[in-house]
Amino acid sequence: MSCLSGENCFTEKRIKIDVFANWGLKPMTFCYVGFTEKNNSDKTSRTEAFGRMREMKTTMRRKLTKYAAPLLIMLMMVMLSGCSTNMMVLDPKGPVGADQRDLIYIVTILCAIIMVPVILLTAWIVWRYRDTKDNKAKYMPTWSHSALAETIWWGIPIIIIGIIGVFTVKYTYALEPSKPLDSDKKPLVIEATSLDWKWLFTYPEQDIATVNYLYIPEDRPIEFHLTSDAPMNSFWIPQLGGQIYTMSGMSMKLNLQADEPGVYYGSGANFSGEHFADMRFEVTATSDEEFNQWVDKIKAVPDALTLEGYEKLAEPASSPVQSFNSFPEGLFNKIVNKYVVDKPAHHHGE
Amino acid sequence: MWGNLESFSDFFVTGDPMILGAQVSIALAMIAIVFVLTVFKKWGWLWREWLTTVDHKRVGIMYIIASILMLFRGGVDALLMRLQLAMPDSEFLHAEHYNQIFTTHGVIMILFMAMPLMFGLFNIAVPLQIGARDVAYPFLNALSFWLFFFGAMLFNVSFIIGGSPDAGWLAYPPLSELAHNPGVGQNFYIWGIQISGIGSLATGINFVVTILKMRAPGMKLMKMPMFTWSVLSSCLMILFAFPILTVTMALLFLDRFLGAHFFTLDAGGNPMMYINMIWMWGHPEVYIVVVPAFGIFSEVVATFSRKKLFGYSSMVFAMISIAVMSFFTWAHHFFTMGSGADVNAFFAVSTMIIAIPTGVKIFNWLFTMFRGRIRFTTPMLWTIAFIPCFIVGGMTGVMLAVAPADFQFHNSYFLIAHFHQVLIGGVAFGYFAGLYYWWPKMFGFALNERLGKWAFWFWNIGFYVCFMPQYFLGLDGMTRRLYTYDFDMGWGPLNMISTVGGFLMGVGFLFQVWQIAHSIKFHKRDTTGDFWDGRTLEWSIPSPAPLYNFATDPQVKDVDDWWETKQKLARGEKLPPKPALEPIHMPKNSAIPFIMSIFWFGLGFGLVWDWLWMAIPSFIGVAACMIARSFTYDDDYYIPVDEIKRTEEAAAALKGATT
Repeated sequence: MSCLSGENCFTEKRIKIDVFANWGLKPMTFCYVGFTEKNNSDKTSRTEAFGRMREMKTTMRRKLTKYAAPLLIMLMMVMLSGCSTNMMVLDPKGPVGADQRDLIYIVTILCAIIMVPVILLTAWIVWRYRDTKDNKAKYMPTWSHSALAETIWWGIPIIIIGIIGVFTVKYTYALEPSKPLDSDKKPLVIEATSLDWKWLFTYPEQDIATVNYLYIPEDRPIEFHLTSDAPMNSFWIPQLGGQIYTMSGMSMKLNLQADEPGVYYGSGANFSGEHFADMRFEVTATSDEEFNQWVDKIKAVPDALTLEGYEKLAEPASSPVQSFNSFPEGLFNKIVNKYVVDKPAHHHGE
Repeated sequence: MWGNLESFSDFFVTGDPMILGAQVSIALAMIAIVFVLTVFKKWGWLWREWLTTVDHKRVGIMYIIASILMLFRGGVDALLMRLQLAMPDSEFLHAEHYNQIFTTHGVIMILFMAMPLMFGLFNIAVPLQIGARDVAYPFLNALSFWLFFFGAMLFNVSFIIGGSPDAGWLAYPPLSELAHNPGVGQNFYIWGIQISGIGSLATGINFVVTILKMRAPGMKLMKMPMFTWSVLSSCLMILFAFPILTVTMALLFLDRFLGAHFFTLDAGGNPMMYINMIWMWGHPEVYIVVVPAFGIFSEVVATFSRKKLFGYSSMVFAMISIAVMSFFTWAHHFFTMGSGADVNAFFAVSTMIIAIPTGVKIFNWLFTMFRGRIRFTTPMLWTIAFIPCFIVGGMTGVMLAVAPADFQFHNSYFLIAHFHQVLIGGVAFGYFAGLYYWWPKMFGFALNERLGKWAFWFWNIGFYVCFMPQYFLGLDGMTRRLYTYDFDMGWGPLNMISTVGGFLMGVGFLFQVWQIAHSIKFHKRDTTGDFWDGRTLEWSIPSPAPLYNFATDPQVKDVDDWWETKQKLARGEKLPPKPALEPIHMPKNSAIPFIMSIFWFGLGFGLVWDWLWMAIPSFIGVAACMIARSFTYDDDYYIPVDEIKRTEEAAAALKGATT
């Protein structure tokens, strides 16, 4: 819309918002119609101007309903599809995570089948039966019971929950974390101990230990043994699969696998005190070959983890990543048994 | 004598400018209150009319005032956290401070905001709805309030004296044990909850008895208003759940105080036992707070749709089954403990089953509106907003209940978003609806609707802006209770949006405060006693209700008895003549609840600091109060007929002056 100087006129104004430029997001531009008034005394032109403004508003509203609604839906779809490629949980890199993502999608869809219509129904009822003078909708102030209707809405949730329940039970057994994964390859055992506020990973077969980072071979099941020598934490690598608590005096099993090489985020998911936010670790999945090279590299580092060294490591503090060429034999079992009084350690889920 | 205190800063928290600011402002506020009370000679009034009252209406008002203060405190905590998380690598709060803040935020919002607001509404509405003169045990009722109040104060004082607890709102051991948490913060946690918990349990007993024994003649159980039903099922849950909390806290106390080993890492202690026990209370607890909100929605939706509540018996059945089922779902809070597929499958399914009666309730509310005439007043707006919010919250709840999927949701912001959605969208929205709905009954004037609508929209829009991004943050691996995160994680933008939403809700709260202040100053007196054209008995008497509530016992015939009475009057039918006035038997005020609760506070404070010289005399004081009460025979009086007549005539005159 053009605008001559000295006239009352409407202009399309744009505001550019680039608050999020720092995070690499494109700036957003908001558009609105502004009214520039030059001559206050000219009443005719004012009325005219406002008439035109009203007209413009009506057309805008029409345009909005015509374009905005589909646009919004598209935007949502873009957002959601964007999410599914970026969000860790929805972008799994292993069989366990993939099954869990599928399950999440199944449940979401099953829920949405009932939720979306009910939300739309709510909107319709609220609008249809609003209290206005000329509302012609039926009004039945004493209608408060209908056996048929109530049977239907006891029935619908029962059916939906029944279906979700069946899926859940099936998957609960299929995805039991202690269950070995289907694979021709022998699983690699890694023992993970949560300390205040760091992760100690020991590789019993390779006799090496790391702090706050993991290397794993891709396409081979990893059998994590989990315990804690500090307040309970939780071992979680979202892109590989769900978490399991690390608890003192217990050894838990969690089977995961990475299907492709990559670097995955892992964290201690359960609050365990002051610097628990530092309990993050990177998981690097590589080919068998590279994994073996890495093992050799760690074998060659100068430091070994001794019992005294472990005691020191276990003291409450954050830690940088560390590597050790060996660790005391049976360290993990020692940690587990440390908290057991006169009885063998609990070995859950075995 | 001061035991573990070595310096001034062991007692008062020092060194943090924000806390120092709070200490100064608390001191100033206290001086101001004392000053105002003295200048206006209000000490006597405060003592006679409020501190020693046993009147359920006043106790209710005190509960509500306290809960709004706590909402402020909990809300400030929330905004501090959101500020810290708004940007990656933020250094606004350090780790320790952040841990304290999320701990107190959780405890305060559930135990010292939601619970007292709920008890406040119980007190305001239940006796009036069932046509009673007070609760069954008015003395115990006042005692419950003061125990809650001093318990809450004991908890709150920790952030300026001794240091706040920092082990999360449920204080999982061993983190909350002496070995990992040597400060007094955790002791404040135990005793704050323990003392107020006694009050909660007593309130539960009180309302169960009130509802079962004190209903007006003719009000069968299946003719009770739905809110009263919800209170009954909530209080039955309290009876079974709160003793578990008391025992759990007591065991944790023994661990810390006497060196027992119930939940320690060493010497055979089992922290997992605590986690089981605390959730055996904790899960019913969330239903304890949400079920009364369901009751409020039922009242509001019928009143403002001008239509009878749909499916009364379905509603009752649904509520009772929720109450029962809530005790069989606790382990869904720790599917990740690795209890095996059998246990997880059982608790997953039992959790999902709760969605069935909840879904039925939603349908019944919808069909109450269907073929009604909906008025968009503030209580109704909150109710309408609740429905889609709770549907989405319920849906994410079912998703969390799917045990193997929960391995990916657990401890993440997905969970945070879910429980805030059901607790804000269900509980807070519900109690706000109840507060707006019964406000005219409490004070004789309504709150300003225009400001109320501003508050409503700020809260609602703020809610979605704040919590929808958190679902996605959770799916992107962001775990709860992180005080900071790396720029590289890419969580920055969504967190920033979430923070903006949090502040929008904060603005909503400010609008509510403004709304209350504005309405106190500029209100129009409601002379009808029936401001909303209500349906239940509380609207049949003047607002605010006279001391004795009902001059004569109402005779109840129908579910919405007051509505039916109005219908009869409109049809020109004659009502049966009211029985003659008789003197009304009332309980006398008592100072014992207040004094005894101060002793409880002293006992708690002494045990927090391990000061037996303070704890033992306080304990003796508690016992002395109990004995004194046992020998108080002069605890009741009669309101003479003359006085009832005068009060009733004054109310009728007020009504007549305007109609």
